[in-house]
Amino acid sequence: MNLPDNLRFSKSHEWIIIDENNTAKVGISDFAQHSMGDIVFINLPSVGDSFDAGDEIGDVESVKAVSEIYSPVSGTVSAINEELLTSPELINEDPYGSWFIEIEGATIDDSITLMTSSEYEEFCQKES
Amino acid sequence: MKLIFEKSVEGRHCASLPKNDVPEFELGDELRRSHPPRLPEVSENELSRHYTSLERRSFGVNSGFFPLGSCTMKYNPKVNEDIAKLEGFTEIHPLAPVNSVSGCIEVLELLKKLLLEITGMDNLTLQPSAGAQGELTGIMMIKKYHQSRNDNRDKIIIPDSAHGTNPATASMCGMKTINIPSNSEGRVDISRLKEVAGEDTAGLMLTNPNTLGVFEKDVLEITDIIHKSGGLNYFDGANLNAIMGVVRPGDMGFDCVHLNLHKTFSTPHGGGGPGSGVLACKEVLSEFLPYPNFFNTSDFYKTEDIPEKSIGRISGFYGNFLVYLKALCYILSLGKTSIPLSAKTAVLNSNYFKNLLSKKYNIPFPNDCMHEFVISMKDEAKNKGVTANHIAKMLIDRNIHPPTVYFPLIVKEALMIEPAETEAKELLDEVAEIFLEIYDIAMNDPEMAKAAPINTEISQPDEVLAARKPVLNFYDEENVDV
Repeated sequence: MNLPDNLRFSKSHEWIIIDENNTAKVGISDFAQHSMGDIVFINLPSVGDSFDAGDEIGDVESVKAVSEIYSPVSGTVSAINEELLTSPELINEDPYGSWFIEIEGATIDDSITLMTSSEYEEFCQKES
Repeated sequence: MKLIFEKSVEGRHCASLPKNDVPEFELGDELRRSHPPRLPEVSENELSRHYTSLERRSFGVNSGFFPLGSCTMKYNPKVNEDIAKLEGFTEIHPLAPVNSVSGCIEVLELLKKLLLEITGMDNLTLQPSAGAQGELTGIMMIKKYHQSRNDNRDKIIIPDSAHGTNPATASMCGMKTINIPSNSEGRVDISRLKEVAGEDTAGLMLTNPNTLGVFEKDVLEITDIIHKSGGLNYFDGANLNAIMGVVRPGDMGFDCVHLNLHKTFSTPHGGGGPGSGVLACKEVLSEFLPYPNFFNTSDFYKTEDIPEKSIGRISGFYGNFLVYLKALCYILSLGKTSIPLSAKTAVLNSNYFKNLLSKKYNIPFPNDCMHEFVISMKDEAKNKGVTANHIAKMLIDRNIHPPTVYFPLIVKEALMIEPAETEAKELLDEVAEIFLEIYDIAMNDPEMAKAAPINTEISQPDEVLAARKPVLNFYDEENVDV
């Protein structure tokens, strides 16, 4: 399984990376894109939207189903990856290069567990 | 096969109009279109053959077994069609004055009365044209109820086994969805529900039986928890076929319910309609119902004044009138004794079929089910690469419509099967054999499963390309204004 060590993962299969300025990027894991299959549509929030950790921030539609995407942290959307709106296949091709949104003032909340890559690997093995 | 547009020959037609015997009238340029619409020009013979050929390639309830889970593809009795064809019903105009169509209004009023009895509710609107529109109506009414009390509750609680339209409805109404997980039996996790229900709870949306085909036996406790928090309970009636005439949403603590007349009450559906998503409610929500409503004077019906707190109109005119007529015909044909018998037979068929399939297939919630059940191909996908989709495609080759695939989301590699009450035991035995045979073939030779279907005109259309870059208009490529 493709699992970069610098990322953290949520139980709902989002990855997140937070820099020293508390700006975060969020996407979905390789495991998530693989279980969903070919992704055909994606809905993203607007720049300026604020979220609590665990809030729905958008959804991803594959040929099988629509799955909601949840924010692993609280904060305010400072950018969205518009390229994904027209080329959602990038998520399948490069899940860790395909960030969905950038969040400013990213704050970790105890209610959302963020796992290391090895913890997440174990979590996925139990799920599959 | 050519498209009808490709068969078009300029000047060919299938009707000859009589000679004009009234004075011609010149439309002004501002009203006249710049060029004629680009419609196919064919003879009646070509037209008839074209659609017959399309019909042969399609698959409906009249073609064979159609166990599409959560869609209730029951047989639609032909007597419904006979009644709906009567001239008095078809040759009327939606703009005709209400007092001139009192017979038709009588049909609506009678249907209302019967549906109120079936749901255990106090009032209803027939207007919504689909289940999802019924949901929207119900949640708009719940929202307006809270607003009218100066209460800004905005959370709708929805179990993870719900239909996808439930969270979509909540979102359309500007509400936030709180998702609660199912427990190991496939039912609502009561302790989690108690945790999330509170002063911001606008309501709960629940399907009973749920999409796993499991009856929420704690439903009275569930609806009570929501009422105590100040919220209202919405019953998604999509699965009413399992319980109609046996238990009533109104007796289970629900404040409103939508019905899919096109599913439960046997009117033809699939392919987008026409549908009817009637919304019934308790007195507490009555004043928010859409209008128009009617009242009976000594010899004809009149339209009531627009109610002050109504959410407004949901559909134009009266909604899908002929669907009401077919549903009414169905209810009157079955009568009070056969309505519950139909529900019980749907449950019996489903359990019988589930037991036959459980010889080979994995059924993650194996206890007695209601009108449908869910298979998981998770292990087979992992070990042999044979997925739910492969089984579905293999069934097509055996003249069986595939079950619902990849739903509900909480079951991996799901195949959701609803046999409906209108199938005989002999047929269920026969198709169960086919399901089991296909399973063996797929396990012995996964490559064969992956190649299916082989007997259809088109084997495996590119679903991804169709979803990403759909071409919906024949003239799209030419980029002309049609």
